[in-house]
Amino acid sequence: MKPPSFAYARPGSLAEAFDLLERHGEDAKVLAGGQSLIATLNMRLSSPAVLVDVTGIPGLAGIAAAKDKVRIGALTTHRAVERSAEIGATLPLLAQAARHIAHVAIRNVGTFGGSLAMADPAAEWPACCVALDAELVLASRAGERRVKARTFFRGLYETDLKPGELVTAVEIPVPGKDHRASFMELARRVGDYAIVGVAALARAGAGKSGKALTDVRLAYLGVGPTPMLATQAMAAAEGKPAADAAAAAQAALDRDLKPTADLHTSAAAKMHLARVLTGRALAALAA
Amino acid sequence: MEHTLETTITVNGTRVTRRVSARQHLVDFLREELGLTGAHYGCEHGVCGACTVRVDGEIVRGCLMLAVQANGRTVDTIEGLSDSGEIAGLQAAFHRRNALQCGFCTPGMLMAAQDLARTRPDATREEIREHMSGNYCRCTGYHAIVDAVEDALKQSAQTGGKR
Amino acid sequence: MNARAELPLHAPGTQVDKGYIGQSVPRENAKRLLQGRGSYIDDLRFPRLAHVVFFRSPHAHARIRKLDLAQAARQPGVIACFDGRAVAEYCTPWIAVLGHLKGIKSAPQHPIAIERACWQGEAVAAIVAESRAQGEDALAHVEAEWEELPALTDMRESLAGKYVIHPDLGDNVCFKRELVTEGFDAAWAKADIVVEESYKFGRHTGVTLEGRAILADYNAADHSLTVYHNTQAPHMMQDIFSRHLGIPEGNVRVVCKDVGGSFGIKVHVYADEMATAAISVMLRRPVKFVADRLESFLTDIHAREHEVTVRLACTKGGDIIGFDLDDLTAIGPYSVYPRTSGIEGNQVVNLTGGPYRHKHYRAKMHVVFTNKNLTCQYRAVGHPIAMALTEAIVDRAAAEIGLDPAEFRRRNLIPDDAYPYSEFPSGIKFERLSHHQCLDKLLALMDYKELRAEQAALRKQGIHRGIGLAAMIEVTNPSPAFYGVGGARISAQDGATLRLEPTGMLTVMCSVTEQGQGTDGIFAQIAASAVGVTLDKVRVITGDTGVTPYGGGTWASRGAGIGGEAVLQAGRALRSNMLDVAAAILSADKAELDIVGNEVVNKLTQEPKLSLAELGRIAYFRPDTLPPKFQSELTVTRHYTPRDYAFTFTNGIQASLVEVDPDTGFVKLLKHWCVEDCGTVINPMLVDEQIRGGVVQGIGAALFEECLYGPDGQLLNGNMADYLVPMCGEMPDIVVAHVETPTKQSALGAKGAGEAGTAGAPGAVMNAINDALAPLGARVTVQPATPERILEALGKV
Repeated sequence: MKPPSFAYARPGSLAEAFDLLERHGEDAKVLAGGQSLIATLNMRLSSPAVLVDVTGIPGLAGIAAAKDKVRIGALTTHRAVERSAEIGATLPLLAQAARHIAHVAIRNVGTFGGSLAMADPAAEWPACCVALDAELVLASRAGERRVKARTFFRGLYETDLKPGELVTAVEIPVPGKDHRASFMELARRVGDYAIVGVAALARAGAGKSGKALTDVRLAYLGVGPTPMLATQAMAAAEGKPAADAAAAAQAALDRDLKPTADLHTSAAAKMHLARVLTGRALAALAA
Repeated sequence: MEHTLETTITVNGTRVTRRVSARQHLVDFLREELGLTGAHYGCEHGVCGACTVRVDGEIVRGCLMLAVQANGRTVDTIEGLSDSGEIAGLQAAFHRRNALQCGFCTPGMLMAAQDLARTRPDATREEIREHMSGNYCRCTGYHAIVDAVEDALKQSAQTGGKR
Repeated sequence: MNARAELPLHAPGTQVDKGYIGQSVPRENAKRLLQGRGSYIDDLRFPRLAHVVFFRSPHAHARIRKLDLAQAARQPGVIACFDGRAVAEYCTPWIAVLGHLKGIKSAPQHPIAIERACWQGEAVAAIVAESRAQGEDALAHVEAEWEELPALTDMRESLAGKYVIHPDLGDNVCFKRELVTEGFDAAWAKADIVVEESYKFGRHTGVTLEGRAILADYNAADHSLTVYHNTQAPHMMQDIFSRHLGIPEGNVRVVCKDVGGSFGIKVHVYADEMATAAISVMLRRPVKFVADRLESFLTDIHAREHEVTVRLACTKGGDIIGFDLDDLTAIGPYSVYPRTSGIEGNQVVNLTGGPYRHKHYRAKMHVVFTNKNLTCQYRAVGHPIAMALTEAIVDRAAAEIGLDPAEFRRRNLIPDDAYPYSEFPSGIKFERLSHHQCLDKLLALMDYKELRAEQAALRKQGIHRGIGLAAMIEVTNPSPAFYGVGGARISAQDGATLRLEPTGMLTVMCSVTEQGQGTDGIFAQIAASAVGVTLDKVRVITGDTGVTPYGGGTWASRGAGIGGEAVLQAGRALRSNMLDVAAAILSADKAELDIVGNEVVNKLTQEPKLSLAELGRIAYFRPDTLPPKFQSELTVTRHYTPRDYAFTFTNGIQASLVEVDPDTGFVKLLKHWCVEDCGTVINPMLVDEQIRGGVVQGIGAALFEECLYGPDGQLLNGNMADYLVPMCGEMPDIVVAHVETPTKQSALGAKGAGEAGTAGAPGAVMNAINDALAPLGARVTVQPATPERILEALGKV
């Protein structure tokens, strides 16, 4: 199990990277942390002619907080997100999700931007970014553009990235102080890709019968070709106390998710598990 | 575009330079070019943890990193950590507790355990299990490994965590 | 037959001292492994070493229309390419049958498929290259044309003969066995209660962390072959390389270096390994093949895959009358050489109902061919199936009658004073077991009553915990009845050579091999104790046919019981010879001398008389000072074969405590207990973790592991991300305790311990899950019990 032969380049600037990507077109693959890519190379499931290692480009890693948003550089590792006090304080959803990503040795290398560009529908960051309504910063020779996470993910491993374009950063609006976050997933073993997971956010305020949930946001992983924003369930839950919100969201969820069976779990079981997690996540938000 | 690149890595404190194939992953480099056979291949797709080594002080999967990606960086292997004495306490605890049988996973296990010792020396048994869950062992029931790591963490807390 | 003595190991009349026997001594050879300084096959560096990679069939069943290796041969670094015909010139095919498995049949298997591939992954061509990567590059240039044939993947279709995989054999039945005890129908008719249930056991595999590996080095000058091989049975492989490659046995040497786990996976003859050895002969140079993880899933033997229906008849008082078994299992397209693939099914028939004192039994079992990877003996062979189905149906019967599962077992387990026991209806015989002692110890250890009370209290809070018990028996220390009587050239005896070195050190050479289970360590303990030296004086050499006595190696939980006894006997004989030398040097009466702590001492006063270093110096360098005609013999070899019983059975009982989340179908393992009786425990620490490792493999079977195939015979999850092995995070703490009933067949009294954990755990976990689900009216009878299957049982999907 050795990778096929390829050439390797490690550009020192974005401009140099764009040159390489333009020159090699579809023969080139971008290498960031490589925690998914190198496994597929080892298995010879992919055979690019050139790997363009973008980790030498300065300025693409790091976490910076502005007044109402946090900017995470594309090359920031999962581990850096996990360890960041800034993230813990402002985006607890990410802090909760980080420890579910594989294992420490992989989190030390795998990158935030790489995970989004890879667009695995079972991965944690895409669902979190969708729930948080994050904005991706994409750069190419033509310049920079911004795309909402909610429109970035197009299909199975398919994104809005154009040839020659790189994810350089993600900007995440910081939810209000009374927002609460809950990330939950069901994985067979610690660090496995989850069967299903949910990134949930809501404001929990005083209501008639206990705390009512408002600005409810539910994004799922593992139950569709992309991270799935459950707009129907969100609308159903909006403004309701937790128990009612859960029942309403669960009832609406069929219209939001499109699970397909994986090797071990049927589509019906995934749908069932998504409903279970919905109830638990909303309860946690109100707790 | 180069398929082979001159690559300089500081391995266990010694700078080595080799012209390596771009496709060669780090563990192949260590094993084939340097004869450091302590890091093993168990799966070559990042799941089993037998190839765990340290790059710039952090544990990584050696099969999921190309040698050329380690150019200019520092790599520590089980051989280096053994010789420096850094993991002597862990090794003694593993030995005392019989936390290994065939030994194939052991270098990776020790790498992962040492990472825990450095980052969360007060880890509970549950946290030890979670942290070690990226390393596969088919021989033990993991119980002895958890015992050994727990012992080593306690021991090091008692001696003031000298490392 | 030798006179038998129980422990202690020291001469009668001296202090009662078991020496190191029973001590949790850390293993000396673990130190190398802890520093990453072991030496596994893939760590060896040879000049002119070439790498073999295999072009493997992408189809489960297909005729090779065309195979053109010309382009592959022209790729950079490629040394040679061979198809099946070329290799067959150097290596003869084999048919894996055994005389005592009446009617077993299989087809000839070649190292590399010649006309037809019968499973996805079967080797069809070999490419030899200067590096593994270059060899893999060349695989893409093999031109193959295939005529796909119907793939038989369903065992019922195979049994029904939908297609016949090997037309020459007439049907797809490799082996079948039927058995019924006298008076079965009459006894059955008297039953008050009959419970029946069907179980499915998924196919799984061993996933040794180190892949199969072989480095074959043929020397054309003297027509000799040295094979570095991570096998469990070096002498068996020596014989097989010799016979199939046409090289005299004495010219073949098999050397095992450190072995990265085996569990039965590495005790078989693999076609690609035979091809590698043949290629070394063909190319007259060292060649190496290491199975990568994807190849391991496709070609390491698989195991289990049984569909069983079992019935249990009992009285309303709760006495078991008998069992009625119907087992169907599928083994792939060939029986595996030389042990055959009929053994697992045969064991299920032998062992079902094993712990109990019923008198009646009927069994029917079919082993059929399919177009999936081959299956064969993997840790605990047949036991996990037999124990799980027995223990599950026993729980059903207990529930039916309204007896607590522990009480039902107490009522039916063979009494501890009933031995030797020859009335077991499948025909197996028990020398001496301790079911009741083990049960009592287990219930006390786990505080069974307290746990039941806690379970009841938690159920009221909607928390669903389950407690599962599984009693078990285990085949260990097999006699020649296992393989030898069937014609297999597999040694049931083992030998040990002990040599006193001039400095007073002791070298032990034994034919049992070390795969991490601690063989070297316990042999050192036994040798040191038997001779009277300290442990630091002992060095152990195993795994080299050029050095050690002849023997069977490591399988069927035989290393400690058989190899250990050979070491003990050799140690005693050497000690006697050493005392002869000491008596000659000291002009003393041998009977007055003893050896303690590296010194010859006066037996009564313990006064040191002579150091062993001095004894060695005189014996080896100044024998001229000894009496005329006195010749010292300080190298001694002894052998041991268990013969009184076909197998020396052990017994034990396990318990599992789980919590089932009925909303998600997830099972949390809270704790696991195992009390077992492997006779004399030589090193409790090693035995305990052996048991725990076995338990975890059993938990893998119960909850996680399954080789999933598509209807076309494609393995769907042949990688470590999709084939779920147990990892640290989900495993429980496992409490192990022992009852010691030494076998009287040997002086050491040790029985095997390697497979007990795997034998009992699947049943214990399945019973625990079903205990948790019982108030919800659900039962899971398929292993592994995935969340999907549990949700299905609960009617939630």
